[in-house]
Amino acid sequence: MRHTFYLAWRYLAYHRFKTAILVTAITLIFYLPTGLRVLVEQSSEQLTARAVATPLVIGARGSPLELVLNTLYFRADYPAPMRHEQVTRVQESGLARAIPMYVRFQSQGHPIVGTGFDYFDFRGLRVAEGRQIATLGECLVGARVAASLGVGPGDAIISSPESVFDIAGVYPLKMPIAGVLAFADSPDDDAIFVDVKTAWVIEGLGHGHMDMTTSEAQPGVLAVEEGNVVANASVMMYNEITPDNIDSYHFHGDLSDFPVTAVLVVPPDQRSSTLLQGRYQSAEDVAQIVRPSGVMDELLETILTVQRFVVAGAVILGLATLASASLVFLLSLRLRRREIETLFKIGGSRASVGLVMASEIVFVIVGGVALAALLTLITQQFGAVVIRALIRM
Amino acid sequence: MIRISDLEFRYREGAFRLRIPHLEIHEGSTSAFVGPSGSGKTTLLNLIAGIVLPMKGMVEMDGVEISAMGDAQRRDYRITHVGLVFQEFELLEYLTVLDNILLPYRINASLELDRKVQERATMLAEQVGIADKLTRYPKKLSQGERQRVAVCRAVLPQPIMLLADEPTGNLDPVNKWRVLDILFEYAEQSGTTLVAVTHDHEVLERFQRVVDFKEFQEYEDSDSAAPRVVEGNGDQAGGGSESGGAEP
Repeated sequence: MRHTFYLAWRYLAYHRFKTAILVTAITLIFYLPTGLRVLVEQSSEQLTARAVATPLVIGARGSPLELVLNTLYFRADYPAPMRHEQVTRVQESGLARAIPMYVRFQSQGHPIVGTGFDYFDFRGLRVAEGRQIATLGECLVGARVAASLGVGPGDAIISSPESVFDIAGVYPLKMPIAGVLAFADSPDDDAIFVDVKTAWVIEGLGHGHMDMTTSEAQPGVLAVEEGNVVANASVMMYNEITPDNIDSYHFHGDLSDFPVTAVLVVPPDQRSSTLLQGRYQSAEDVAQIVRPSGVMDELLETILTVQRFVVAGAVILGLATLASASLVFLLSLRLRRREIETLFKIGGSRASVGLVMASEIVFVIVGGVALAALLTLITQQFGAVVIRALIRM
Repeated sequence: MIRISDLEFRYREGAFRLRIPHLEIHEGSTSAFVGPSGSGKTTLLNLIAGIVLPMKGMVEMDGVEISAMGDAQRRDYRITHVGLVFQEFELLEYLTVLDNILLPYRINASLELDRKVQERATMLAEQVGIADKLTRYPKKLSQGERQRVAVCRAVLPQPIMLLADEPTGNLDPVNKWRVLDILFEYAEQSGTTLVAVTHDHEVLERFQRVVDFKEFQEYEDSDSAAPRVVEGNGDQAGGGSESGGAEP
């Protein structure tokens, strides 16, 4: 057999370009369905892992998927906001811990997540460098944010305006970085965390400006009406919260009316969870409560349906490729008729000549299958990393 | 000795028909088959080699009836007893010169490839002047070099008979004589029977016997003659006297 294999190997090595094309074709036939399957399975795991770890989410009525994607993965358009009183509503129910989430603004492509201290405990996030947020205006950055922007404790980042035409609304806020979170291999690595009140400041609901009762501010005062000071545009607005001006920061209106995009709800047990879900069943309720794992399962079912089509397509493509490869083999045999005749004439045994031809086909198939197996293995090993990168994009 | 008697052959398609009542080729002799294209020279080589089988009659070598052997036996017989040289060389393009020479040992288990065989292959390559080209592929060789490789491949298993089908047909004069020298030297040194088909009358004087298939074609038509066989030691080649090499 070694002579048979040797001749087959020499043929394939000599026609290396043709061999490479055939091996690639066979590799694709086997890799496309298996690789896709592995990728889809890993995508499912990636998507569901964080959803499973998040018991309940409350948000304004609308798309549950948008709510979950925004609250858990900080992606998708920000959902319709709801009043902060929804946070208090959960807290006052005594059935669960409530963590406010306001995911609306960005800085250099990274989401700014307005939340509370409980969020870090809930997600098991710890500060790797620097310290926790201590005052209004400070932020914590995820590990990948720190790496990609090259920032750390002591630096500052500025929130991006939502639109270049938004000249009357949101002011860019310069936020000192208090600390960098340890790498968590999750969407948290790509986020910038601030206190929810800081997010409101970014929105312009809270602001700081020069004291209008001082003598320096008097030239800007237009009128004083029932305790309210009306001033002109010369009044200086602060775009950074510092120890010197922090006392000038204030919010106008009732905080319970201020917006949040979601409330992360962490009930202590199943009973509390069920009771809480029951309280949001009314169609008239402005808020909805969703179980992220259920929402993601629905999404995955859709993906799996798509996967079936993709795999079916890959199988058809594979069959077409197989037919093409078979044609190449048959044409190759026809082209080699004279060579086969020579082998026969000089006395090559039927078995040897047949085995040489068969070995070539087997080598190509085995090579293709081995390469497909290797690629599938690589996909299994590194697919998750690729998927996470794709999810982040 | 090759003995052919009452042989009749025709292909499945076409009007070609070959009939040889009797022909003997002696061991260690050198014979040339000449005649017009389509007269059956190559077919007779194929019949002697057991590549094709006669419809009637018998091809016998050293008392063994080749036409009675099975397919596998005939292949084994060819690889061990017959060396074949072709006009188009028929080298495998994907094998190096050395691998082409060793080819018979890789395609039939009747021959065993060992160190001695490899040494003999190298020695043969040296003798025919291609020792420095053992790792080259055929397309990097000249026509003459390719035919020398083909001759080495044919003689490596030390056959008792060399069948050459127009071995010099594609060669320039220098290479023609060189290849013939190699074939004749080998046949003489090893006592191998050499049978060659040729259209080149210049080379006939080198053969001890010449079998003219022109006469044989007439035999086909008249159904009463045999191929014209000229026997001699070179001087008589191409002459017209009949001998007892073939009988009606």
